[in-house]
This record gives sequence, structure tokens and C-alpha cells, in this order.
Amino acid sequence: MRFVDEFRDPEIITRTAEEIRRLSESKRHYRFMEVCGGHTHAIYRFGLKDLLPENIELIHGPGCPVCVLPMGRIDDGLSITQNNNVMFTAFGDMMRVPGTHGSPLEYKARGADIRIVYSPSDALKLARANPEKHIMFFAIGFETTAPSTALTLMRAKAEGIKNFSVFCNHVTIIPGIRAILDSPDMRLDAFIGPGHVSTVIGCRPYEWIAVNEHKPIVVSGFEPLDLLQSIVMILRQLRTGEAKVENQYKRVVPWEGNRAALRAMAEVFELRPYFEWRGLGFISQSALRLKEAYADWDSERLFSVPGVRVTDPRAAQCGEVLKGVLKPAQCKLFGRECTPEHPIGALMVSTEGSCAAYHSYQHRKELVTSVQQAA
Amino acid sequence: MAHGAGGKASRRLVEGLFVPLLSETAPQTLSDAAHVEINGAALAITTDSFVVKPLRFPGGSIGELAINGTMNDLAVSGARGHALVATFILEEGLPTEVLEAEIRAMAGAARRAGVCIVGGDTKVVEHGKADKMYIGTTGIGQPLPGVKVDPASVRPGDKIILSGPIGDHGITILLARGELDFEADLSSDTRCVLPLVEALASVAAPGIHWMRDPTRGGVATSLNELARDCGLSIALDEELIPTRDAVRGACELLGLDPLHIANEGQFLAVIAPEYAEPALAALAKVEGGDGVCIIGEVREKPAAAVLVTTRYGGSRIVDMLVGDPLPRIC
Repeated sequence: MRFVDEFRDPEIITRTAEEIRRLSESKRHYRFMEVCGGHTHAIYRFGLKDLLPENIELIHGPGCPVCVLPMGRIDDGLSITQNNNVMFTAFGDMMRVPGTHGSPLEYKARGADIRIVYSPSDALKLARANPEKHIMFFAIGFETTAPSTALTLMRAKAEGIKNFSVFCNHVTIIPGIRAILDSPDMRLDAFIGPGHVSTVIGCRPYEWIAVNEHKPIVVSGFEPLDLLQSIVMILRQLRTGEAKVENQYKRVVPWEGNRAALRAMAEVFELRPYFEWRGLGFISQSALRLKEAYADWDSERLFSVPGVRVTDPRAAQCGEVLKGVLKPAQCKLFGRECTPEHPIGALMVSTEGSCAAYHSYQHRKELVTSVQQAA
Repeated sequence: MAHGAGGKASRRLVEGLFVPLLSETAPQTLSDAAHVEINGAALAITTDSFVVKPLRFPGGSIGELAINGTMNDLAVSGARGHALVATFILEEGLPTEVLEAEIRAMAGAARRAGVCIVGGDTKVVEHGKADKMYIGTTGIGQPLPGVKVDPASVRPGDKIILSGPIGDHGITILLARGELDFEADLSSDTRCVLPLVEALASVAAPGIHWMRDPTRGGVATSLNELARDCGLSIALDEELIPTRDAVRGACELLGLDPLHIANEGQFLAVIAPEYAEPALAALAKVEGGDGVCIIGEVREKPAAAVLVTTRYGGSRIVDMLVGDPLPRIC
């Protein structure tokens, strides 16, 4: 398959893994954070840790939109389904995320009209097809998905579609990274920069990480070879004592980003003064809301929501795992009370959540090792 | 809904509720069909119900699934289906042409599979209480001579045979629902696998240790059930698992694993290693057997787990499907 198989070529991958071994200093311990949940998923899915030397530790970052969404927002969104004639639409990732009174799928089982959509424009299609209903799109995601929400709202406004609204939970990646770097218990050597977010925002917004924090950041693609090559690029910077922003994912990410997408976002959204992130707390100017001009399509203004802050179950350590302070298996609930079938925290739900990825692919690591020895 | 998706929740429902309350005798290993003896006659019986949406899709329809699905459950339990009865639950207002088309599809599939439909029942429910039509089929048959499918007989070193490319059915259905704005040249793999199972049995009957048709939950779920039942490790080589580009592409885009996608015309068999070569040779001669291949083997460790080795030496554990496969966003 083109554009996939080239980046999974065993021979080049083996060579790149050797290069990583050669470039890393055996006495040094490296801690690299992959910011994006898509990278976390790929690292587990392709078994990349098996190819890295032991002294390179990959820390999972906050870049899984479902995971950083606090439970109160899910409750607020689902509370709107109590209004007559409201259809709740969201991406598949959201469907198993637990709220205080159950996940969207559980609400659906109790009779709420809840549908999976693959893009916000599908939700708008549902609004056109069901004029007697109000279609609410529960929007999540970083700058990756925010432009498509913006374009959909622009279209809804242009067509005068009034039975459609967006419950906006879009967040922005840079404040999340800043919060991680400000965290006192966090020691990182470098970042594997988010790929899809950067297709929109470009590489420039990361420059402060290199300039002010003196940490290399390499924007990376999602195939095995992309990630390994990004690690090579990071190691090369570290060897020479450099810290700069590099773009490994040039085939997709333009340095300046996608201006049309940024324009659409600027047309529709403005920054919220602050927004709560699960595990990281309230972060100022880290999330988007609809501008006044789009008030008629803003679910938060059209419906009253409880707006109650809900804390995670006390024993769950989602916050520490999100910040990379704890490994998933070090959480007290991991694999016992909290499993993919019965998730307590959102990190166990989305396939990009580090707990779900770890649980699916890795938590029997000792067994994996025994197989390799047997093979 | 997860309880019906064929993964972990389905298994828990069966083991936690149905088996303890409905089985008088000690629970046996769960398989696709029950083998019973009535007055000295050995029989195999199974039942399945079909609720697919849309009713028609590239490569087949609910009527064909209803025949092939039940025949396949019998086949992979080591039996040849001889007779079927069918139940129809119809939604009020269903156009007669739609029903007729499915009855014709069933007749055609039954003819091809060499099985008779000998009885049935029809119920009509109010509009909105069912989604167009549901079909249930129950099949009865006789065990194939010399074939005994039992996970306890699986040994380290056994080879895992797969009958053809995976994921065609599940992805075809996903695309046929029209909710995704992309198309692919792909059709359901629905077929009766009995001719293949019979060809396998003809040369390797004593070596067949286990068989399963990997429907809902896909190859990963079937093999996880085997790993759990036999307490051994299933080691798969990713490179050897045949997957069409259309299926791989759709899975890449949607964030799904082809190993979790449903099949309706494939089977998995675990064969003693000495029978593997003759089995492959015999299967290759049967119509539709050209895709048969070995995808891995049984090992001692890691116990009760399915492990996939990637092309470049990385490895990952593949678990059962949890809930329905939900596409991820970015």
C-alpha cells in the first residue's frame, strides 16, 4: 500500500534502529515525550519499544483529546440530551468515555438519541435530514479537528440551518505542553512533536521550546520509520548540544501550517480565559469557544448545563499518568478496577489513551520478553 | 450493545449467565456447535441469528449470511450440515419484494451449500419494533468422520491455518452503511466453508485440533478464546496474515485493526505440524482454497495470549475486541 509500506520497510527500520543505538550514549538515560496520542498508539501497535535501547524512555504526553477532557464537560454535554428532540452526535472515541451517570453509549442504551459521526459535516447533514430535531455536535480535539468544526459552523450559518449547534471542547496544544514543562516533577530531554496538529499550526509555535527551554522538538509522522527517524534527529541534536525545531513530517506538515484552516478557526473561535484539563487542572487560554457571531449555534448558550466540576475518582491517578509522572501500570487501578471494558478514567477508553494502549499491547511485557527469548 | 459485538462482553454474557443457568451438566468448552448423541446417533446442532444492516451489501445479503453462517458454525465444529430451519421476524410494512429477494438468496445459498431448508416460522412485529427483517437459522448435521475439535488437544508446535484474506465482510458492511465518505472495491466474503473443511478433513482429520470461523470480533477474538481455552500462546507473524489493500487502507484511515474485523467466509484451523503440508496441498485444490495459508503457530509462552510479531521484529499482544470497533479521530 503506497504511503504506508515505504514507512514500514523492515530493512530501513533495522538500519534506523542501529543508528539510534549508535547515536545514544549508553551511560545516559534519555526521556523523550511523544506529545500526541496518535504517536502513543503507533509506538505500542508497532512494538517500537522493542527496537529501542533500554536507556531511551518514551513518556506519553497530553495529546489525547478524549483523555484530557474533564468529566464535568461530558456530564454537561450529556445533560443536553434531556431536552426533547435533541440528538447528540460525537466521534466514535467519545462513545465509551464515562460521565458521572454513564457514557454516551450507556445513555443511548437508556433511550437517548446518540449517534456516531465521522466528521462534523456529517452532523450537519443529520440536521438537514431531520428538521424536527436539534442536532448537537459534541466537538473535541486539538487544532487537528477544530478547523473542520469551524468550517461546518460557517456552512451552517451561511445556509441558515438553525437546528444545529456545537458543544465546543476544542483545546490548543501549546498551553498543554507549557503546563507539562512547568510541572516541577517533570524532567524531559526532548519532544517528539505532534504530527496532525502541526499540519494546521505549522512548526513555528514550537520555537519557544527550543529557544527558551533548550529542548529539541521534532515534528513526527505516525509510521514506524517516522518515529524512529525522529528519534535519530533528536539524538543528533542532543549530541551536538543543539536545541531546535525540526520537521520530520515534511510530506504532510508545512512549516507555516495551513493558513486556510487557521483563518476558519479565527473566524469562528476565540480563546476561553481558562479551561480545565484532566490531570493538569485549569490552564489559561488553552481552549476555544464560539464567538458572539456564532452564538445561535453554541450549545452552551442555547441550553442550560449544570457546569459542575467533577473530580476523578480519588484512587485513579489519571493526572499523574497524563503528565508522564507515572507509567500506566503504576496507577493503583490499572488492570484491576480500570480496564478497557470498564474504564474509570478516559485514558483507558480511547485507543490513543496511554492506559488503553498499554493495556492492549504491552502490559504483559514480561511475557513478550519470554517469547523473544524462546524465538 | 457490546454484549452482542462478539468480543469480551459477549463471552462474559454466555459464560456468566447462559451457561450456568441453562446447562444442567458441568459447563463444557464453548464452541460453535453442540455435538450430541440421540439413541446412538451422533448429531451436531447449532443456531444463529442475523440482524445485519443494510440487508443487501456488495457480495451478499442477509439471506445468504443466514445460510452460510449456520453451515459454517457446523463445519468448524467438525460437522456437515444436512438440514436447516429458519425463523423470520419481519417489521410491519416491509415490502414483499425485499422479503422475496432474501428468500431467493437463501434458496440459492442453500443449493450451493448442499443443505435443505426443511421448516420455518414467521412473526410480524409493529413498525419500528424491528429493523426491516431479522433471520434466525438452526442447523442440524452429522460429525465428519475422524474429526475431533477440542482446544485441550492443541499442542505447542501446532500450525495455525487461515483460509483467506481477513476483514472483507466487516469493512464492506461499514462502507455499505454509507456513513463514511469513501468507497472501496471490496465485497463481503460470505460463503460456505464446508468444502474447504471437508478437504482438510480428508487428508488431515486426526491432525485437526481446533477450528473456528472468525466472525464478529475477528481473528483476534477467536484466537484469544483458543489461547484462553488451551492455556498456550498463539504466535502470529503479521507478514503472513493476508489482508487486502482496501481493508488495510480502510483500517488505517479509521484506526481499526484488521484482526478485529468480522469475516463471514473464512475459517481458522489448528493442525498438528506433520499434517500442515498435506493440508495446504489439499486445500489449494478446492475452489476458493487458493488463499489458504499458515499464519503462525502455537507456543508454550506467553500463556493464554495472542502475540503478533511485526515485520521488523517488534511484537505486540493482541487482545479480544472490546465493544464494537469504534473509529478514532486523529
